[in-house]
Amino acid sequence: MCSHCSCGQPAASVEPTPQHRTLQLRHNLLASNDAAAEHNRQRFAAAGLLVVNVLSAPGSGKTAILEQLARQWLPAPVGVIVGDLATDNDARRLRAAGARAVQIQTGDLCHLEAAMVGRAFDQLDNHGMELLLIENVGNLVCPTAFDLGERLRLAVLSVPEGEDKPLKYPALFKSADAVMINKLDLAEVVDFDRTAALANLAGVAPQAQIFELSARTGAGMGALLHWLSQQRQPMAAA
Amino acid sequence: MHELALMEEVRRIAMAAAAAEGAQRIHSVKLTVGRLSGVDPGALAFAFEVVMADGISQGATLDLEVVPTVCQCGGCGQRFEPVDVIHACPRCGELSSELLAGRELEVTGLEVS
Ligand SMILES: Nc1nc2c(ncn2[C@@H]2O[C@H](COP(=O)(O)OP(=O)(O)OP(=O)(O)O)[C@@H](O)[C@H]2O)c(=O)[nH]1
Ligand SMILES: [Mg+2]
Ligand SMILES: [Zn+2]
Repeated sequence: MCSHCSCGQPAASVEPTPQHRTLQLRHNLLASNDAAAEHNRQRFAAAGLLVVNVLSAPGSGKTAILEQLARQWLPAPVGVIVGDLATDNDARRLRAAGARAVQIQTGDLCHLEAAMVGRAFDQLDNHGMELLLIENVGNLVCPTAFDLGERLRLAVLSVPEGEDKPLKYPALFKSADAVMINKLDLAEVVDFDRTAALANLAGVAPQAQIFELSARTGAGMGALLHWLSQQRQPMAAA
Repeated sequence: MHELALMEEVRRIAMAAAAAEGAQRIHSVKLTVGRLSGVDPGALAFAFEVVMADGISQGATLDLEVVPTVCQCGGCGQRFEPVDVIHACPRCGELSSELLAGRELEVTGLEVS
């Protein structure tokens, strides 16, 4: 727009000086993370591990679900790489549940990156292990764009968060192979509209398997365990 | 929010490209961002100001191109730009589709002298 008056005419184009030039680039900002993720994926495959990246809002029950999986995925030990802001509470809970847990102290970082997961994996004894779970930082936006080298991505939606979460954070749910609806034991208390939640998920994330469970009571864990072991089978056969 | 970290990557890319060109100044940076990329354009613009404030990029402007989501229907193959977070095919109504565009997060241009 003309910068001298409000005539609305396009501004006179500035004659570019000979050395003034426009460069065409095509540089993906996530390229270095994607490369590290691919490297992780190859290492995980070589180790025969099914690796699962678990994402949700803070407090949806990621750690509680992983504790259940660690207790019930028998007889092999379950590995967990857990991103936690400041404390090692989650790692301690997971170890108490029998997992081999390595914590990544994320400070104020809002997501895990592939290189961090690679370094954490260096510290993990994966002997005899089949399943490696990665608990991402509790955040519904930032972790979505960062591939960690996982085979499967699981999103958790807990009942008290409301049935419209998938509509508000579509990118996360669209990237998930499965969605776990957790804290089902609270459904009545919070007047959870299950039909609406399932319809929203079917609309936003038609690709996702849905599991309804309570990590508190253990209800519904069987179906999730069964699905995960099925997901492992093509690898075990290979 | 990781827009600041992303912008530091933008600066590294821009500085490297400018250096390779023997340029003395960076005037503008073009960023192409998909709607499903998980970044907030407002936060990107703010982070740009912070990160580019000194040196040869001082005063540079951000040219932010937000590109639409493009899907290909899993049922009938139709290509479409969804109008809603539910990516229903406008031709056959099928919900499952492949994402052809929408997750971009790229530096696509640089104006230097
Ligand atoms: N009632 C009920 N409470 C649950 C359930 N699952 C988890 N919780 C509780 O919800 C709170 C948060 O659970 P966590 O497992 O720590 O959640 P998280 O997603 O790991 O949280 P961050 O790591 O902080 O993001 C804890 O108090 C859990 O005991 C459930 O199925 N039912
Ligand atoms: Mg946790
Ligand atoms: Zn169609």
